[in-house]
Amino acid sequence: MSVYEHSYKNYSGPLTPEWSRFLIIPRHAFRDVFKSKLFTAFFALCFIPLLVEAVLIYLHHNVNALAILRVNVRELIPIDASFFQTFVNLQSGFAFFVALLVGPPLVSRDLRNNALPLYLCRPFSRPEYVAGKMSVLLILLSAITWMPQLLLFLFQSYLGGFQWFVDNLWIASAIFIGSMVWILLLALLTQAISALVKWRVIASGALLGLFFIPSVFAEVVNVIFRTRWAHIISLSALMKNISAGLFGTFERTTTFVTDFDDVVVKGVVLTEPPLWASWAALFVVCAICLAILSAKVKAYEVVK
Amino acid sequence: MATATQLQEPRSLQDPSNFAPVIDLNELSVEFGGRPILKGLRGELRGRAIGLLGPNGAGKTTLIHTLLGFHPPSSGTAHIFGKDILTDAKQIRSLIGYMPERDSFIAKMSAVQLVRLMAELSGLPPEAALERAHEALFYVGLGEARYRGLETYSLGMKQLAKLAQAMVHGPKLIFLDEPTNGLDPPARARMIRLIREIRDSGQANIVLSSHLLRDVEECCEEILILKDGRIAVYCNLEEERKANRKFLVLETRGDQSKFAAAVANLGCEYALTGDHRVKIVLPDGIEVRDLYRIAADQQMQIRRLSYKRDSLEDIFLKAMENGHVSL
Repeated sequence: MSVYEHSYKNYSGPLTPEWSRFLIIPRHAFRDVFKSKLFTAFFALCFIPLLVEAVLIYLHHNVNALAILRVNVRELIPIDASFFQTFVNLQSGFAFFVALLVGPPLVSRDLRNNALPLYLCRPFSRPEYVAGKMSVLLILLSAITWMPQLLLFLFQSYLGGFQWFVDNLWIASAIFIGSMVWILLLALLTQAISALVKWRVIASGALLGLFFIPSVFAEVVNVIFRTRWAHIISLSALMKNISAGLFGTFERTTTFVTDFDDVVVKGVVLTEPPLWASWAALFVVCAICLAILSAKVKAYEVVK
Repeated sequence: MATATQLQEPRSLQDPSNFAPVIDLNELSVEFGGRPILKGLRGELRGRAIGLLGPNGAGKTTLIHTLLGFHPPSSGTAHIFGKDILTDAKQIRSLIGYMPERDSFIAKMSAVQLVRLMAELSGLPPEAALERAHEALFYVGLGEARYRGLETYSLGMKQLAKLAQAMVHGPKLIFLDEPTNGLDPPARARMIRLIREIRDSGQANIVLSSHLLRDVEECCEEILILKDGRIAVYCNLEEERKANRKFLVLETRGDQSKFAAAVANLGCEYALTGDHRVKIVLPDGIEVRDLYRIAADQQMQIRRLSYKRDSLEDIFLKAMENGHVSL
């Protein structure tokens, strides 16, 4: 039908499956996100550590290259759980900044412009709207965290042999679960803050504050009371513990020896909260975010 | 645009009572914080274009929002095209278009992007959505401005863009909430023309909520007047007009008293209203030509003759004065 044929007509063509419609939101959002050259450049920058990781894995298995570079194999970093954990943590940092740039305006813009009635008057539910907005971050952050990390794990498995793959398959699950928990946490937090605060700059500031202020407070409490239990209120510390737990590097107690001129003065044992407590705290944070989204993502707010 | 055949469709098809109900209200009640907003609305709305009228706070917008599934009913329910708003909300929303009263946009989007996105969310595949977005924007008259950012649009253009997004997926029922709000006369006339065209196409029913009686009068066949959350009046405007067809206003020159006496002898009720005007209710069997004959006999001139009907304003004001009417 020509665009010049001015008439009102019902639509009788095929329809897309209902389950896939939430993916329309990220498709349109990416067009807007990648319009910014600055963001595109930053997003490309996020892949540099992955390139370094790939080169290190390659060098580890290439004797000729090591000979040319005159590097002893033993001097190279071992490719083990700690190796992958280091890079997963590094990429998680990049993911935080990507979430900081992309996340806050996703819901706040719609609330500010009263766009929710336009979404929700269609065969499109509130959970689908939230899933659509969250999938913007889920897809972007997955692209720089667990997806390339798993590819590199497979690359290492290819070079290390099938036995290495079988012996270290748990690392792959740690990479996937650790990254997904972090991504989900970021996505929920940014959407909840975005739903509460309608202005992008304030929402970004609130997200930063939510990570840094409790961390600083937790450290102060830890120092004063000589404990690590205050980490329960620090999101970054919680994630660090969960990641360490998944990669098998979590140690609950740390002994610090204070010495003075090689004379032991005092030994201090600091105890981290158990892993289940960290998981429970994260669960509570996620539940609060969902409650906020449930309360705020409505076509119209009813003044009672 | 409506074709000639559509405009001249048989009388039986134009009679709303021959249609299945578009909206069936079944003791629909809505409360906010324990405060009743809609109180047991009941009735079948069948018209192609239904005007929703009422003073501020009467519950017009709440009724639309409830039918769209934005607010859950506290009791009762409603059916749209036979589907229950409580159990078939998604199916209903696939048949509905909605033009909200307030400015509603997605930031940093051109009109064509917004309308395309809305079409895709309604289930159209991307290519069809893009094609229909262009068509809808041309249809409402925004063809030349469709690539401009919505932030740069005037108020009138924004209203048209809202109409375009409401109709892009070809819904069978379109809710228009104050579509002429803030429009200047030419923009208003354009909006009214578009609404009438959609109505006359026969492809979509329209529910028009407005506080401007003239808009409703120009577009709607039926009106539903709400007062304090209840239905005050539900009537067919055309039938109301027909019922009052024999109420005439004559502007005359000459001796009115003799003319009035002669008219009274014919069995007509009359009233002299001053300013050379006579109001006459013609009984059955009396034609207008009889009035001209009497006027000629009494050597009186009839300068102007017009049918006076109850205007929508009269109906509205009566509804506000009278009690509630249940359908």
